[in-house]
Amino acid sequence: MKTLSRLYLILVFIFLYSPIAVMILISFNSGESTTEFLGFSLRWYREMFRDSATLEALKNTLVLSVSSAIASTVIGTLAAVGIDRMRNRFLRGAVMSVTNIPMMNPDIVTGISLMLVFVFVGTLLGLESYLSFWTLLIAHVTFNLPYVILSVLPKLKQMDKNIPEAALDLGCTPWQSFFKVELPFIMPGVVTGLIMAFTLSFDDFVISNFTSGSSYETLTIHIYSMIKKSVKPDIYALSTLIFAAVLLLLVISNASDSSGEPKKKKKDGADKKRRMFLMRGKEGGVAK
Amino acid sequence: MKRSFMQRAAAAPHIVWSVLFIIAPLIFVVYYSFTDLDGAFTTENIERLFTSNYVLIFVNSLCLALISTVICLVIAYPLAFIFSRMREKWQRVMVLLIMIPLWMNFLITTYSWMTILEDTGIINSMFKAVGLDPVHMINTPAAVVVGMVFCYLPYMILPIYTVMSGIDPKLLEAAADLGCSGWHVMTRVVMPMSLSGVVSGITMVFVPSISTFYISQKLGGGTFQLIGDTIESYFVGTAINYHFGAALSLVLMILILLSMAVMNHYSDAEDEGGRRIK
Repeated sequence: MKTLSRLYLILVFIFLYSPIAVMILISFNSGESTTEFLGFSLRWYREMFRDSATLEALKNTLVLSVSSAIASTVIGTLAAVGIDRMRNRFLRGAVMSVTNIPMMNPDIVTGISLMLVFVFVGTLLGLESYLSFWTLLIAHVTFNLPYVILSVLPKLKQMDKNIPEAALDLGCTPWQSFFKVELPFIMPGVVTGLIMAFTLSFDDFVISNFTSGSSYETLTIHIYSMIKKSVKPDIYALSTLIFAAVLLLLVISNASDSSGEPKKKKKDGADKKRRMFLMRGKEGGVAK
Repeated sequence: MKRSFMQRAAAAPHIVWSVLFIIAPLIFVVYYSFTDLDGAFTTENIERLFTSNYVLIFVNSLCLALISTVICLVIAYPLAFIFSRMREKWQRVMVLLIMIPLWMNFLITTYSWMTILEDTGIINSMFKAVGLDPVHMINTPAAVVVGMVFCYLPYMILPIYTVMSGIDPKLLEAAADLGCSGWHVMTRVVMPMSLSGVVSGITMVFVPSISTFYISQKLGGGTFQLIGDTIESYFVGTAINYHFGAALSLVLMILILLSMAVMNHYSDAEDEGGRRIK
């Protein structure tokens, strides 16, 4: 039984990692082909760094994901505070269901529905090109918001409501009580939301595909247009670098996770991370 | 009083945002579905959906999405169980290993699958090397299913694993002590208790696989169309028709809502069964 399950694990991991292995291998190909490995070289890494369009797209993506992550974290954290205080059950339920819509809907529907609004408003205003950085930013903030709200809300629920009350009694203004007492308490949730929003933005293709104009190309859109033409191993070189960066971050965050913290907490951390990814997968129940 | 009003008002920007960019867009989808190019009311778009062409596209997408979901479930379920019985340190490693492919952009990994599955690709070169005949794999429905299973398998594994790791191992021992065979421990204890994970896994795999357009374009090679491809072609392709595209999306949305309602119905009923056992 033990060997059988081990064999099974190995097979699944081969399946999950073979495309990544292919990508890394081909990125070092000395030839132009993406199917035939002719020999080791760093040629495509050099070409990639010389390709200004790719670097421009990388810069665009970073600008977009940082700004959408910050915007959605601010709006989303405020929203979570507001939702947490709502006493009207009906209103609260309505806001939560609407918030969940972008998570439940397939990305393509979110993308085209936003596109329709932009097209409509654009023609109304008589603009020639209505899709720009701003439409992309609006779209990204829209799909990031539920993830931020859902990572902040549980923290607010955990907080003892007497603590901000006490701060007020002791002479804090409402603002001071929020910034000095509540915000530090919910900070872990806010940071999780921020990181999630950044990664979702960075990785998004489907929604960007419908809401970006030709004037502002993100990395995924750039890759998509490159793939449409002829494919050279330079895309693989680029992805290998991104993969290495992600791997490094994951290993660092995991190492810092497991060192120094007591054993019980460790599991909570792992659980949180797991949940973070489950939420990406439209787990409707998280809101409860 | 002042404080609570201000704090409730904190949700205001989000509410305005939701109305403008979540609710309004959905109203636009409905509006475009029922109007023609001049903005006059018409049901023509919806009627056109029921012609054989489009019915076939819907049936195809539904079938492929269902097949991928079932394959994901069959692969993920035993895997999640194996994970949940490992030592805690190893569980963390396994979860990390399942998550890493999720961080890769699916445009690239799908393209890698092309390299693997092509007629002159990696698998066929291996076949050739050992003297087997090459097998045509790319541009078939099977290739699309492979692509979908690859992209969405982690989304099936993780929720099932999360639920299973929460099952107290003592429960399984107790069931065995009280005379359950290994098979019965699985079917009567583990399965009912892990059902909520299975349900969220199924939705997480089904929704993106029924609406994908990129995977089918690359691995299906345009030999057959899915709903996602069709919708995309009406919005960014050569034959732009927002009104018909909106009608397609509307039907897709309704289809997904219906399947989720069915799923939730089942999970609620089964959940009660699970609770009875607990």
